[in-house]
Amino acid sequence: MELVLAISIATLAGSGVWLLLRPRTYQVIVGLSLISYAVNLFIFSMGRLRHDAAPVLSGQTGNLADYADPVPQALVLTAIVIGFATTALFLVVLLASRGLTGTDHVDGREPE
Amino acid sequence: MAGESAKAVDVAGAMITGPVPAVDWLIVAPVLIPLVFGALLLMFRHEMRWHGIVALIGLAALVGADAALLSRVLEHGPLSMTMGSWLPPFGISFTADALGATFALTAGIVAFVCAIFALRDIDVSGRRYGFYPFLMLMMTGVSGAFLTGDIFNLYVWFEVFVISSFGLLVLGSERAQIDGATKYAILNLVGTTLFLIATAYLYGTFGTLNMADIARKAQTISEAAPLMTLATLYLLAFGMKAAAFPVNFWLPASYHTPRIVAAALFGGLLTKIGIYALLRTLVMLFPVERAILADLIGWVAVATMILGVLGALAQSDTRRVFGFLVISGVGVMMAGLALGTETGLSGTIFYAAHSMLIMTALYLLAGVMKEMGGSFSLHELSGLYRASPLLTGIALLLALAIAGLPPASGLWPKVLLVKAAVDANAWWLAGAILLTGFLTTIAMGRIFLFAFWRDAPAKGVAKVFDPATAARPVVGQGVLVVLTVPIVLLGVFPEPVIRVANMAAAGLLHSSAYINAVFPAGGG
Repeated sequence: MELVLAISIATLAGSGVWLLLRPRTYQVIVGLSLISYAVNLFIFSMGRLRHDAAPVLSGQTGNLADYADPVPQALVLTAIVIGFATTALFLVVLLASRGLTGTDHVDGREPE
Repeated sequence: MAGESAKAVDVAGAMITGPVPAVDWLIVAPVLIPLVFGALLLMFRHEMRWHGIVALIGLAALVGADAALLSRVLEHGPLSMTMGSWLPPFGISFTADALGATFALTAGIVAFVCAIFALRDIDVSGRRYGFYPFLMLMMTGVSGAFLTGDIFNLYVWFEVFVISSFGLLVLGSERAQIDGATKYAILNLVGTTLFLIATAYLYGTFGTLNMADIARKAQTISEAAPLMTLATLYLLAFGMKAAAFPVNFWLPASYHTPRIVAAALFGGLLTKIGIYALLRTLVMLFPVERAILADLIGWVAVATMILGVLGALAQSDTRRVFGFLVISGVGVMMAGLALGTETGLSGTIFYAAHSMLIMTALYLLAGVMKEMGGSFSLHELSGLYRASPLLTGIALLLALAIAGLPPASGLWPKVLLVKAAVDANAWWLAGAILLTGFLTTIAMGRIFLFAFWRDAPAKGVAKVFDPATAARPVVGQGVLVVLTVPIVLLGVFPEPVIRVANMAAAGLLHSSAYINAVFPAGGG
């Protein structure tokens, strides 16, 4: 499970960085989204990977061995919400930029 | 529910059972006040006549709360309050120490002064775009970043002020602004992503996000822990926020585009939050790793200050000149971080407070010069001395302050930094700071010579300005006088501020007081 997750994070982050270095705004924003997915998975994996474990133990029968760390889950949730908001805001800025400059190049003009 | 009581758990070990003392609310007041006022302004966003006055009341309350908090911190040492009655490290802590409270107070003063300036400078369309709500929400984020005691919470406050600053940056939706905002947004998002990766890694290593808890555990954690990776990631992430070379290209690309008040707020406040976060993480949380990185930070500091001021010399737009001087100042502040001694850190803290005031004042000066002289360009400006000797006097004092010459506030932090550098045998660092001061004098001298002393613009440039009929912006000049007074006072009577800066630096280096404030009984 660790290997699969590590490879997916690496693929997402690598594709994201490549797209981030592209000149078109759409590629840049997709790249940023991919990187933020990679980061979210990374945060999640920092709580250690386990299956069949509950984040909140109830009653007297709770056992730390069946326990999944809830903090990274809360962090991921926060990061997703903030990432969603910034992406939406950024999309508006880029749409305005496309409308004002007539091009979707990140420099606001086509290279000569 | 009879079964509930049988299962009831004793919560005294994890929760605060008694009521919170009223004075503790002071710690969160600098966040709550601008948040409440920002929400009010959003609700009444169509009542634009009231925006300015309501925002001024809110910011005055913010300055009052910041001042009360600082005086309490100076008297009693660091203060802490934990949310939701959970004991730290389970609840999110707000911890105010001398460093955070000083920065929060200076930021509050700067925002208040900018709001006065904005009364005339921001017209109805600017208010319709929501200048004042954005200003209040940005101050929420700024105060939160300075006062939080939790590293993930710091990330949240970073996002709060970055998102609000997008709003201020594109106020007016002009083409140049959108273009600047694109670069600003991309690079800031990359910076925050790095911050988030580092924070996730830190949680995986320490199992806690509370900064006092991390500082406590960093001393005893095993040698195998990847602390060096963490420190380097934080250096890169916050270096980007602070606009340190070589990750500072977003600043010159964006800071000359917004309304001048927004530029003044950005130049004054935002990079200093990066410096604050660098101090907090590298000095308080990872002191051993900072010492290993010291040479790297030192060279980054030298490159940032020298290249910044060279950029300022090459520009002819006053706003761009000041943008590069912001960068140069970041380099000077990082010099103290590289040295890591109490004198050096105290110089950095003093310089940061000075820089918040002076950069705001310089951008506002550019705004007033534009209003009187009709242009931001040094090719077109001329004859301002004849038009307003008062403005000339202010500009001279501000030029002395940014260059680090007496009698203004720039002198003493540079004295502290150079002394610390010489004490540490880092002659190259001391030399770079002095050279930067010299080059800054030339950069400001150029502005002075072109805009104030010469009678007419260069040949072939149309005259845009006639001293006899020039506008005399009363509010703008008044605000500049208000900002110049503390700048000169800091230069003439530096002792109280040096004492506070020394306290803040000592608090960073010896974090036991900070830790004790969060964990009074040593438990947790």
